[in-house]
Amino acid sequence: MIAMSTRHILLGLLAGGPSHGYDLKRRHDERFPQARPLAYGQVYTTLQRLVRDGLAEIEGTDSDGGPERTMYRSTDEGGRELEKWAAEIAPPAPFVTNEIFAKVVVSILAGGDPAAYLQAQRTAHMERMRQLTAVKTAQGADLATVLSADYALNHLDADLRWMTTTAARLTTLTTEVYAS
Amino acid sequence: MNHPTDTSVPLLAARDLTKSHGRTPALRGASLELREGEILAVTGPSGSGKSTLLHCLAGIVRPDGGSVAYGGERLDRLPEKRLSELRRTEFGVVFQFGQLIPELTALDNVALPLLLAGTARGQAQAKAGEWLERFGVRGQGELRPGEMSGGQAQRVSLARALVTGPRIVFADEPTGALDSLAGEQVMSALVHTARETGTAVLLITHDAQVAAYADREVQVRDGAVVPQGVAV
Repeated sequence: MIAMSTRHILLGLLAGGPSHGYDLKRRHDERFPQARPLAYGQVYTTLQRLVRDGLAEIEGTDSDGGPERTMYRSTDEGGRELEKWAAEIAPPAPFVTNEIFAKVVVSILAGGDPAAYLQAQRTAHMERMRQLTAVKTAQGADLATVLSADYALNHLDADLRWMTTTAARLTTLTTEVYAS
Repeated sequence: MNHPTDTSVPLLAARDLTKSHGRTPALRGASLELREGEILAVTGPSGSGKSTLLHCLAGIVRPDGGSVAYGGERLDRLPEKRLSELRRTEFGVVFQFGQLIPELTALDNVALPLLLAGTARGQAQAKAGEWLERFGVRGQGELRPGEMSGGQAQRVSLARALVTGPRIVFADEPTGALDSLAGEQVMSALVHTARETGTAVLLITHDAQVAAYADREVQVRDGAVVPQGVAV
């Protein structure tokens, strides 16, 4: 899944014109400021695969006074592949790997204190939400930073609402877990 | 004027507050502290007692029991005249629906607390204009509340709450009636201004994304503040 995204994101970055791996990595990290930065190795491996599959090709080399760098450009087929991918619906996840819910259930099974765990988890979520809010409201934050922080904030908020509902229903859940 | 400045002492401290509306208890022993310049979010579900807590802390209603200390004064025991003076000069309040005076322009709404405090009209209006500018609504100065968007009206409410240079702003669900983008603009404006001016903010909200603008969060459940580290 991650490899597929990287492949298409690099094709997207190449859509504006030929570029080399270092520049692609830098532009990726700028465009997606809250995402995990791309590793150079991953960029070069992905570029080689794009060439292998006919979606990109080597344009030439560019030294620009420094070490020689291989320039890549997207092929027509790469352009079509990118267009297809960008228009595809991302499937809403049918199953959510929910570590928090797993911990609540395990805590009930082990005779622990799931309410205390949920409260501690809430505190950690709120702390992360405060950090993200500080990032997006800092002077000079660009829109890409604001939007990616918002994405994370909305997901953490959804977790919090789920945790609040779950905390209110722990007694029933405990009964169910012991009955089954 | 008695301005508390020692940061080791809370600016505002409530202990074991109780308050009932008729036979229904709204507060059952709520305690909290607000420090100088701190932005504190008070969160909790509807009906948990958050708004009643704010009303007691801001001196809008008197608690049935417990104490509220502000700079060496017991708000719960002060005569109405002194309470009213504090509300006018040292506290600013923002409500969910702004509660601007509909017949007055934005500029006159913001100037009003200054006029009530005895400032000359021209001076009050000039200062009100500066505060409207600060909240990005100077252009709406001649509009009445009904002619503004919800977000603009709420920014005018913030200007009105801050124009007297209060020590504390009490904000009760200030973004509750706004869409998320307008809500963000209001919260950013409030937080930036509070930080610049060193104003403490007590922010009531049920929205975690709004609470995330604060330095700290306390939760209210069933009329009491949940101690940190305790499960609810």
